[in-house]
Amino acid sequence: MRFVDEFRDADKARALAAKITALCEPGRQYKLMEVCGGHTHTIYKHGLEDYLPESITLVHGPGCPVCVIPMGRVDDAMHLAAQPDVIMTSFGDMMRVPGSHGSFFDAKAQGTDIRMVYSPLDSLKIARQYPDRRVVFMAIGFETTAPSTAMTMLRARAEGLENFSVFCNHVTIIPAIKAILDSPDLRLDGFIGPGHVSTVIGCRPYEFIARDYGKPVVVAGFEPLDILQSIYMLMLQLSQGRSQVENQYSRVVPWDGNVVALKAIGETMELRPYFEWRGLGFISHSALKVRDEFAAMDAELLFEVPGVRVADPKACQCGEVLKGVLKPWECKVFGTACTPETPIGTCMVSPEGACAAYYNYGRMHRDRVAEAAPAGRP
Amino acid sequence: MTTPKVDPAGRRELPVTDREQQVLDRIDRARRRAPRVREDRITMSHGSGGKATHTLIEAIFLGAFRNPLLEPLEDSAELSIAGSRVALTTDSYVVSPLFFPGGDIGDLAVNGTVNDLSVAGATPLYLSAGFILEEGFPVADLTRVAESMRAAAAAAGVSIVTGDTKVVQRGKADGCYINTAGVGLIERDVALGVARAQPGDAIIVSGPIGDHGITVMLARGELDIEADVRSDTAPLNGLIAGLLDAVPGVRAMRDATRGGVATIFNEIATAADAGVLVTEDAIPVRAEVRGACELLGIDPMYVACEGRLVAVVPGDSAGRALAALRAHELGAQAAVVGHVTAGQPGIVRLKTAFGGTRIVDLLVGDPLPRIC
Repeated sequence: MRFVDEFRDADKARALAAKITALCEPGRQYKLMEVCGGHTHTIYKHGLEDYLPESITLVHGPGCPVCVIPMGRVDDAMHLAAQPDVIMTSFGDMMRVPGSHGSFFDAKAQGTDIRMVYSPLDSLKIARQYPDRRVVFMAIGFETTAPSTAMTMLRARAEGLENFSVFCNHVTIIPAIKAILDSPDLRLDGFIGPGHVSTVIGCRPYEFIARDYGKPVVVAGFEPLDILQSIYMLMLQLSQGRSQVENQYSRVVPWDGNVVALKAIGETMELRPYFEWRGLGFISHSALKVRDEFAAMDAELLFEVPGVRVADPKACQCGEVLKGVLKPWECKVFGTACTPETPIGTCMVSPEGACAAYYNYGRMHRDRVAEAAPAGRP
Repeated sequence: MTTPKVDPAGRRELPVTDREQQVLDRIDRARRRAPRVREDRITMSHGSGGKATHTLIEAIFLGAFRNPLLEPLEDSAELSIAGSRVALTTDSYVVSPLFFPGGDIGDLAVNGTVNDLSVAGATPLYLSAGFILEEGFPVADLTRVAESMRAAAAAAGVSIVTGDTKVVQRGKADGCYINTAGVGLIERDVALGVARAQPGDAIIVSGPIGDHGITVMLARGELDIEADVRSDTAPLNGLIAGLLDAVPGVRAMRDATRGGVATIFNEIATAADAGVLVTEDAIPVRAEVRGACELLGIDPMYVACEGRLVAVVPGDSAGRALAALRAHELGAQAAVVGHVTAGQPGIVRLKTAFGGTRIVDLLVGDPLPRIC
């Protein structure tokens, strides 16, 4: 398949892996964080770690939109969905996320009208189809999905649709990265920058990481060779003592981002003073709310939302996993009490969650990896 | 490769790989516990063919009906009646939309049951057909469905000899549901079952995977994706007869339906208590199907087929098996996609096209499209 196979070439991967290994200083351990859950998914799906020398550890970051949703917000959403005239629409990933009383799937089985959509725009179709019901879109995601929510709101306004609203849970990536950089229990050497988010916000917002924290950032694409090349670019910077923002994903990411998308977000949404992140706690200016001009589409104003803060289950160590302090398998309940079938924490839900990715793809005895991988670790 | 790591406090601890190993062993033990349905109500996941379906079947149905004929949980049960070996199977069809490129619910209902009998090594003979119809369902559609059932039965050489019709109120069903059951005669001296797979055996897939699932997903029209794909629904009895003629020692056969080939690989690994090692590059997938799967963020290995055979054959007969399958038009693209291994029992590993390795587990529920 064109434009895909080129980025999955095993020969090129071997060549890159050799160059990466050559850049490793003997005795030094490198910790690189891939911020984006999409990267985590690619890394596990293609078995990319098999190519890396043991001195490089990939730390899975907080960039999975589902994983950072706190339990209280899920409960709020379920409360909205349970209103008699409401149809809740949601992305598929959200359906299994546990609230304190089960997931959307469970609520659906009990008769709550929750529908999976592939695009927020599909919610408008449903709103037109059921004029006497109120359609609430469960908006989640980073700057990647925020523009499509924004466009949907603009479209709804243009059409004069009055029965559509948004339960806005959009979050922004930069404050989360900053929270991780300021976290005392973590030492990272560099960042594999989120590709999809950067298509919207561009590369400039990461400059403080290189400038103030002295850590290199390489914005990366989502094919396995993209990620290997980004690791190579990070290692090159580290070996030369540089810390800069570089763009490996230049075929998609413009340095200044997508002005049209940013404008649409700006028109419809504004920063919240603070927002709770699963495992990371409250982070100021880290999320978006619906702008006052669009109050008629703000589900938080249209409905009474309980807004109760729910503590994460005690056993759950999603916070440490999200910050990269713990590897998924180091969590106390990983794989036994918390599995993709019965997730306790959000990291186990989405295929982009670090725990689900490791459980589904990476849970393997290391000697068997060596047996199976022809060009794996030495 | 196990370098002891020093934790931040300076204590030496167990090497990372050993600690990870301990966790993996604990997970292995947890996975071997008896399945239990934790949900209070049935969710769509219970019908997806993945883990939830398996749990439901083993905890509730096997729990209630347990007997030696049911226990293997093969596609057909093998009965001994008056000295004959008889295969019996049943399957219900609730596909939506009822008509899609390459087929409809009618030929699906016939082919599915024919295939379940064929993979048991049986010659399919007679089918029953039960219809649950919704008030208001167009008679013209029912006529069309019946006609494709007739044609499919004729093509497979079976007769539909008994049936049942029920009508439910509007809104209580989705147009038309069909149940078919079938019997067949096992005349060959075969001993089939996924539990018989042994290390060194080759695993063969008879053709491109995922055509049916992607066709139906696109035919629903919710995705605004167009692709030139058709359902692969087809009777496999001819193809299988050719395979058994060439390789009487075939160990196991399954037709890949819900849950795709990945589910079958897992069933092999679990039942045989062996490992399965699959090579991604070797699995035939049409470019259109791969493209649609890439866009939707799903793995073709989990997408349903309706006319694809997965066969386990002794390693030294792989060549003959492949030749026999390729001689039939339905098996022209048959390929050896993997092997049964002694290592890591119960787990399916995939050598990715990229050159890495990963696990291929059972799906938890429906393959959910990823959002970014």
